[in-house]
Amino acid sequence: MTATAAGPVLLEGRDLELWRGETRLFTKVSFELRAGELLHIVGPNGCGKTSLLRVLCGLTLPETGDVYWRERKISRNRADFHASLCYLGHRESLKADLTAEENLVFQLGLRAWLSKADLHAALDKVGLTKRRHVPARSLSAGQKRRVSLAKALASGARLWVLDEPYTNLDVAGRELVDQMMSEHLARDGLVLLVAHQAHGVAAGVTRRLELG
Amino acid sequence: MFAFIHKLGSPPHFWRLSGTMVPWFSWFAVVLIAVGTVGGLWVAPPDYQQLDAFRIIYFHVPSAWLSQFGYVVMAAAAAVGLIWRIKLAHAVAAACAPIGASFTVVALATGSIWGKPMWGTWWVWDARLTSTLVLLFLYFGYMALRAAIDDENRADRASALLAIIGVINIPIIKYSVEWWNTLHQPATISKIGKPSMDPEMLVPLLVMWLGFTFFFFAVLMVRTRAELIARERNKKWLREVIGRG
Amino acid sequence: MNEWPGLGTAFWLQLTRDLRLAFRHIGQAANPLMFFVMVTTLFPLALSPAPELLQAIAPGVIWVSALLASLLAAESLFRQDVEDGTMEQLALSPQPLSLLLLAKTTAHWLMTGLPLVLMAPIVGHALFLPGDAVPETMLALLLATPVLSLAGAVMAALTVGLRRGGGLLSLLILPIVMPVLIFGARATDMAMQGLDVGGVMYLLAAILLLAVSLAPAGMAAAMRISLD
Repeated sequence: MTATAAGPVLLEGRDLELWRGETRLFTKVSFELRAGELLHIVGPNGCGKTSLLRVLCGLTLPETGDVYWRERKISRNRADFHASLCYLGHRESLKADLTAEENLVFQLGLRAWLSKADLHAALDKVGLTKRRHVPARSLSAGQKRRVSLAKALASGARLWVLDEPYTNLDVAGRELVDQMMSEHLARDGLVLLVAHQAHGVAAGVTRRLELG
Repeated sequence: MFAFIHKLGSPPHFWRLSGTMVPWFSWFAVVLIAVGTVGGLWVAPPDYQQLDAFRIIYFHVPSAWLSQFGYVVMAAAAAVGLIWRIKLAHAVAAACAPIGASFTVVALATGSIWGKPMWGTWWVWDARLTSTLVLLFLYFGYMALRAAIDDENRADRASALLAIIGVINIPIIKYSVEWWNTLHQPATISKIGKPSMDPEMLVPLLVMWLGFTFFFFAVLMVRTRAELIARERNKKWLREVIGRG
Repeated sequence: MNEWPGLGTAFWLQLTRDLRLAFRHIGQAANPLMFFVMVTTLFPLALSPAPELLQAIAPGVIWVSALLASLLAAESLFRQDVEDGTMEQLALSPQPLSLLLLAKTTAHWLMTGLPLVLMAPIVGHALFLPGDAVPETMLALLLATPVLSLAGAVMAALTVGLRRGGGLLSLLILPIVMPVLIFGARATDMAMQGLDVGGVMYLLAAILLLAVSLAPAGMAAAMRISLD
């Protein structure tokens, strides 16, 4: 838990509840997140962690409750919220027939004015400079994950939503994720993280949310 | 406004209200349909052209009306459910589709029975029959989509959207079919809308129409209650009312 | 002024991405066109090759085949994007989803609808459609095929996540595109008889306008439900 609450609340979930068919995944989930904070969502398999992330992104409608970004409901303020958000899901969201660079140019082009230099810097940071003209289908699972990480870096988004970002990564890759998150938090960014394993971000800026 | 809709949309409230209304609606329907049947089959004089064959309009016309009215009710309920996120409205829409489809089948069947003495064949590509057939396809599509989606919430919203798209399209379909029909069969015999109908013929028709409409709403309420039992089976209020009744 | 790129840029990006993907799998994109040609071939085989018979049924054959080809094409419109997760990213971009899906549908029409229009003279010739009726038929197809693509896109968005989607999609699309079939086939028929087709063309154009203005919102709403 943070000792000092600095700055206004940017992301807030109020009293969220979600059902999937007959089962109630979670209820009365509330939290507040400020600039420079990470929310680590933990819980056993099938407790609705990914579903909660999708609710927080605005992909899934909760049964009750609302999500607020800068004190406005995200459903009323969708474009602005999504401009500040970068979501890395289970799937890599890459077109297999496009190269890593083409994929990023398209996805990031929808959300920001992007310079080639920023893009190349991000690809360089994740170690894919040499593979950037290879179609995504020929990349390994870990390399695809790194493309997604490059997307988060180059997106300029304030809020990163990361669903199991460590999957398929080697040791160096996992350290890269930790380093990226720490730097992002230091820049007053926000991170929503679902991960089974412990992360390597300083405890002072993280909050935990236990589901199930 | 919002609070009012929500009160109306609360399942326990609907349960109580429909519990009192179903018997009334059913009795109205039975009496009106009985009166209309007697009036239509015995009291009304035979048509000067079609003789006794015309009497099937006492079933055909109310069914045809309800086949269209049912779709509108379904789409309206679906829209309410989609916009205000009221689950009861989705239950009403789900309950309405098979009723509307049944009346559409009845309208098609009675229409073709009527066509046999008039045209000498069970089926002609008459504008009304054809657009009723397309309406049946729309009902089938709605029910098929609903059945294909496992998650109830998603099924409700997806089929609601489909019902709204359908209701926007129905006027276009009707117009295009009529236009097509006038080009290909300029001399189709118009079934209803004769300039002046004998009051002895017309009154039973209106009585039947009213009786069928009461019947429609009675069945709709019963089916909606059944939907609620399926959907809210884990809710406390339902256990209480079922346990009591 | 927003911090993110404008609508035109977004539309263009989406359109070019989809066209680029389609060109990398040109064989797949050509399937509906080949289907169109093959279905029209079935009629002389099933009925008779007599020119007067084929000429009489030519409008119906051309339009029914075009309709079936567009049904086939609608199937693949959004499926891959939803499966590989790129659709989620579109839904999470600051751009209106309706605009992006309209761009996707436009690309789709360019790859599957426009070729039908261009192929119509050849198919028409094979069915002994009089040469005078060909320009009108092409114009009618040019107005009608976008409607078929748009209607298909709305229904494809509704059914995209479903495992049992195949036959369902056709069941949903067919009733709502019947007016297009009626007006389109009639336009060809009237042109064959040397009648004035202006009225029918205006009707088709009106339907196209209605579809372009309403379908994108429908697609976006349907897609958000399907992604839920």
